[in-house]
Amino acid sequence: MENFFINISVVLGLLIIISMYRAIMGPTIFDRIIGSGFIGTKAIVVLALIGFIYQRIDMFIDLAIVYSILNFTGTLIFSKYFLTKGDK
Amino acid sequence: MVILSKILILAGLFFFLTSVIGLLRFPDFYSRMHATGKGDTLGAFLVLSGLALYNLHHGFEWLVIVQSIKLLLIAFFWFIVSPTATHALLRSAYESGKMPWTKDNKTVIDWPPQKEN
Repeated sequence: MENFFINISVVLGLLIIISMYRAIMGPTIFDRIIGSGFIGTKAIVVLALIGFIYQRIDMFIDLAIVYSILNFTGTLIFSKYFLTKGDK
Repeated sequence: MVILSKILILAGLFFFLTSVIGLLRFPDFYSRMHATGKGDTLGAFLVLSGLALYNLHHGFEWLVIVQSIKLLLIAFFWFIVSPTATHALLRSAYESGKMPWTKDNKTVIDWPPQKEN
């Protein structure tokens, strides 16, 4: 089962690398925000999978909780900031 | 239980894959947000609930049940929070003047948006 988790983590890492194209080269600033939020979701799932691979799920679950809260707050603050500032 | 959690994780991976294809291939900001806002939410929910189900396969001790409850807490938190972030980002893009993509550049919405009072 650990090999299964390792394979899933490798596929998720490839998805992160592919979606970095939209986070770096996106035409507008909002595309970059979408790309970074997408990478953040993958990072939450990969953190939970790493906890199962290393048999330290009690530590990595707390890291995943903190990272999910940070990701949500970051997206919300960026959206409020560019609401007032505009796409400049 | 292990087979069921494997099926859940693979289904979540399928949704992640489709949302990546939508993120790369769709022509517009709004349609990219349509792809990622739904596929991302359901994919994370399925994978995390599959992991919470797999965590119970050793036995039903108190610590293991608490860890599974924490994993389900992340899943439900992200299920509520990700559409909220998508909605806030879409409202920000709409009010700062992004026009949605149409096939031959027709205008389909009134711009600027009609402010009440």
